[in-house]
Amino acid sequence: MADGIWIIGASMTRFGRYPDKDVADLASDASLDALADAQATIFDMNLLAVGCLMEASAMLGQRLQKQIGQTGIPVFNVANACATGATAVRTAILAIKAGEADMALAVGVEQMGKMGLLGSAGRQQDKPAGYEPSGRYGSVMPVEGILGTQLMPGVFAQAGMEYAYEHDGVGFEQFAKVAEKNHAHSALNPLAQYRKVFSLDEVMGADMVAYPNTLLMCCPTGDGAAAVVLCSDAKLKTLDPDVRRRAVKISASVLTSDPYVESDTAQPDVSTLTKHAAAAAYEQAGVAPADLDLVELHDCFATAELIHYENLQLCEPGGAGDFIDRRAPWRDGSTPVNVSGGLISKGHPIGATGVANLYEVATHLRGEAGDRQIDGARVGLTHVIGLGSACAVHVLERAAS
Amino acid sequence: MTAAAPDRIPIVNYLALDDGDPHLVAQACAACGALYFDRRNACARCGRTEFTDQALETTGTVRAFTIVQRAAPNVPVPYVSAVVALDGGGVVKANLKEIDASPDRVALGMRVALTTFVAGTDANGTDAVAFGFAPA
Repeated sequence: MADGIWIIGASMTRFGRYPDKDVADLASDASLDALADAQATIFDMNLLAVGCLMEASAMLGQRLQKQIGQTGIPVFNVANACATGATAVRTAILAIKAGEADMALAVGVEQMGKMGLLGSAGRQQDKPAGYEPSGRYGSVMPVEGILGTQLMPGVFAQAGMEYAYEHDGVGFEQFAKVAEKNHAHSALNPLAQYRKVFSLDEVMGADMVAYPNTLLMCCPTGDGAAAVVLCSDAKLKTLDPDVRRRAVKISASVLTSDPYVESDTAQPDVSTLTKHAAAAAYEQAGVAPADLDLVELHDCFATAELIHYENLQLCEPGGAGDFIDRRAPWRDGSTPVNVSGGLISKGHPIGATGVANLYEVATHLRGEAGDRQIDGARVGLTHVIGLGSACAVHVLERAAS
Repeated sequence: MTAAAPDRIPIVNYLALDDGDPHLVAQACAACGALYFDRRNACARCGRTEFTDQALETTGTVRAFTIVQRAAPNVPVPYVSAVVALDGGGVVKANLKEIDASPDRVALGMRVALTTFVAGTDANGTDAVAFGFAPA
């Protein structure tokens, strides 16, 4: 990007369950901590973008302001399925690039409680009065489970299985190894919702949800928030030396939607839009996949992470099975992926995820990731994808010293 | 005079039951040939607004599948959900029928053929007929 945009403050709550807090509490916690981290206050912000899928029409940005500072700045309440948080960040970036803000706060938050299956369908009545075709497909009843599945575990299972169909060396074991890795990684992350190590046998032997995704290969529902404070190049130059030292550069910020593919009639394609976003991000940042020191990608299900190894060009075309088999994406491998524990173990409060992965990468680039620090990290990539679909990819770089 | 309730009705309007053997009918873009199962406002590939009905082949290949063990209420498990690429064009999601819901039995790339089954019956005695794919 021609003019730099910087992350000068970042924070996330531990992901988990917070029955005694509401979404505004969680958003406030992350926001106040990120602002303090930036040595700034809400009174310094020119714009607020808040991503919370379940509260997208409920003015959460304004409710946050009423808790932490009502300054009358523009508020964008943002939704883009699981790419919601990253879209809030992207909104703030666009405003800074347009010259309409020099400092902005972007927040991602969600409170899901114990929601159950992502995308659960409703209960069907036993004996309807009389079948009447309705909707764009002229359906006479909900078709979930009758004409295949549209629930998330199954959709992402099918996406992984399609990759297995097209390439050798990919099967249940390879997908399970992804989850084994992410659970192991989470043990080092105090902010992860779960921090338990599981053997490969335990992952494969867990309750099956939608083959090949077992329960330990699916992300949990939960609560949490993350926030970043962003500023322009020009603004950064005016700030405290300590803030400038810890500033992390956003070298690329890309948002895509899913272009037409023939198979859209059957299910969403999560690969094409990811490939486009990644290619554009690498070009924008002027970095190659081999330059990445760590990646936080969207492992809503273990099958998803595996295909994203290829979509993000972390491995050769067709090479995702081999990539996980030779442990390349482990924290001690050539391209650490999801050292936070990923969505599978760190958690996935929907709106928070796309900001939390920026927090994670920025923390490593600042050398502040403690036990899970990837030594010498200089360049990182974040990726989220929301079904429907939206994909956001960011590339972050440590400030040149 | 009220009409008698029909014996059967397709679960979705792109399943044709009364025009030869059961088969799927897609909306085909008159300009570029892209196929759709839903009511269209325009073509998502080329933007044009004219469509014709296209009867699809009833045989195809399984490109992806999953075996669902946890499902919404009222859906018996396990069942196999599959993405089927139809011979001659069209990609559709449906259940695999007449096959054990086991990874030892279902195979990527297997050949399948369209089959129908009754998904429910309403208070008038009308059957809702759905489609799936069975090993060919």
